[in-house]
Amino acid sequence: MTQSNSAPSNLTRSTPLNSSKTSVGIVDYGRGNLTSVRNAIQAIGGNAQVIGDPANIDNISHLILPGVGAFGEAMERLHHSGWVSALHAHAMVRRRPLLGICLGMQLLMESGTEHGIHAGLGWIAGTVSKLTSTSDCRVPHIGWNDVELVTNSPLLVGLNTREDFYFVHSYAVRPTNESCVTGWCQQGERFAATLQQENLFATQFHPEKSQRAGLRLLENFLAC
Amino acid sequence: MLKTRLIPVLLLKNGLLVRSEGFHTHQVIGNPVHEAERFNEWNVDELVYLDISRDNQYDSRRDDTKVASLTDPLQILERVSQTCFMPLTWGGGIRTLDDMRQRFARGADKITINSQAVETPALISEAARQFGSQAIVVSVDAKKTATGDYEVMIHGGRVQTGLSVQDWVGIAESAGAGEIFLQSLDQDGMAEGYDVDLIRLVTSRVKIPVVACSGVGRFEDYAAGVEAGASAVAAANLWHFKELADRAGKRALAKAGISVRL
Repeated sequence: MTQSNSAPSNLTRSTPLNSSKTSVGIVDYGRGNLTSVRNAIQAIGGNAQVIGDPANIDNISHLILPGVGAFGEAMERLHHSGWVSALHAHAMVRRRPLLGICLGMQLLMESGTEHGIHAGLGWIAGTVSKLTSTSDCRVPHIGWNDVELVTNSPLLVGLNTREDFYFVHSYAVRPTNESCVTGWCQQGERFAATLQQENLFATQFHPEKSQRAGLRLLENFLAC
Repeated sequence: MLKTRLIPVLLLKNGLLVRSEGFHTHQVIGNPVHEAERFNEWNVDELVYLDISRDNQYDSRRDDTKVASLTDPLQILERVSQTCFMPLTWGGGIRTLDDMRQRFARGADKITINSQAVETPALISEAARQFGSQAIVVSVDAKKTATGDYEVMIHGGRVQTGLSVQDWVGIAESAGAGEIFLQSLDQDGMAEGYDVDLIRLVTSRVKIPVVACSGVGRFEDYAAGVEAGASAVAAANLWHFKELADRAGKRALAKAGISVRL
């Protein structure tokens, strides 16, 4: 693994943390393999807790929004459990770092088209739609695929410009403004594999399942 | 470009890793947690654990490793998932949605079902609805019949079903299976290469990814599985008896012109 010290974060934290120690919260809204994410954060020396009650995030410096399943149902669960306003307070008011993984990335967008049109969190302009299936490219897109990393986002420090990551998905985000895309993947069509908009980070692949490159990305997130 | 996955399969019997031949001969070869750590260090693509225990006794002994004895396969899974940052598939003895839930909660990304899926195909659709198709792998044990067809065998290859493999994989796919894990009773442990006719039969019948297993004796054997249409190639015994099995396997695939994650 290539090491690099050039990690100048261009983030501005409007609410500085009380402690210099990061505290990672993994959003539990009844969807997603939370154990894998927690294991990965612990393996890189992070202090991670799975959080079911949105009232318990005040001391959380970094939130991870995982997710597996359907867009509409996930949004409904976030609303019902009170997570939407808690996530908003963390990411949009306190401007603390948030990482959306897989479905968690898609939920950051304005709307999704899985089983009908559903409103998302709406923090990043754009939509979510199904990948085009061709005879060569089966959907769901499952397995290791290479991502072309196009900017020096703090999330991608120390990674090669082309890295393999593990994907499991059928839908992909379509941002209105492509300048927030920090990594592209090619699978039948070109789609956004990683995003950054200020303190919002997202990956369509699973960093917690992407071996060394994935663990490095998570380390970078904790340094944001 | 999507890479062809190369997958080590770890067979777990009563808490110990074993090698298998013909689905009946099982020799103890090591400790399950220790091996997962080794594969993680090798940076492998994915890991499949199949628990083939027939009784409920688990004993990983304090044999040649420093890993404390684990008495329960779920504890083994929990330990394995803590050191395993690649997709992890867990199978064997899974009969209910609750069995699945317990394995996902301990860090499995996918589960495989076999005998119970044949006996109750509705389990596949219910599991896919609750956990998503991507997490549900249907494992198929095939045996060649006297007429050259392939029959689905269950309960560790001991029970005939009368179902043809091509019919069964079609049913499993329509029910919502996300992947087929294909084993051959005839090739298991023989180190003579895959049964490519069997693989071709299945990959031409379904659109979901097929993981080919059983019979790999040399690294060069993997390519034939990919050429027969498999999305991923797996082996068990070979990984334990050859040094640098990941590198050498990937190199053999790359040499055959197949795109792999190096």
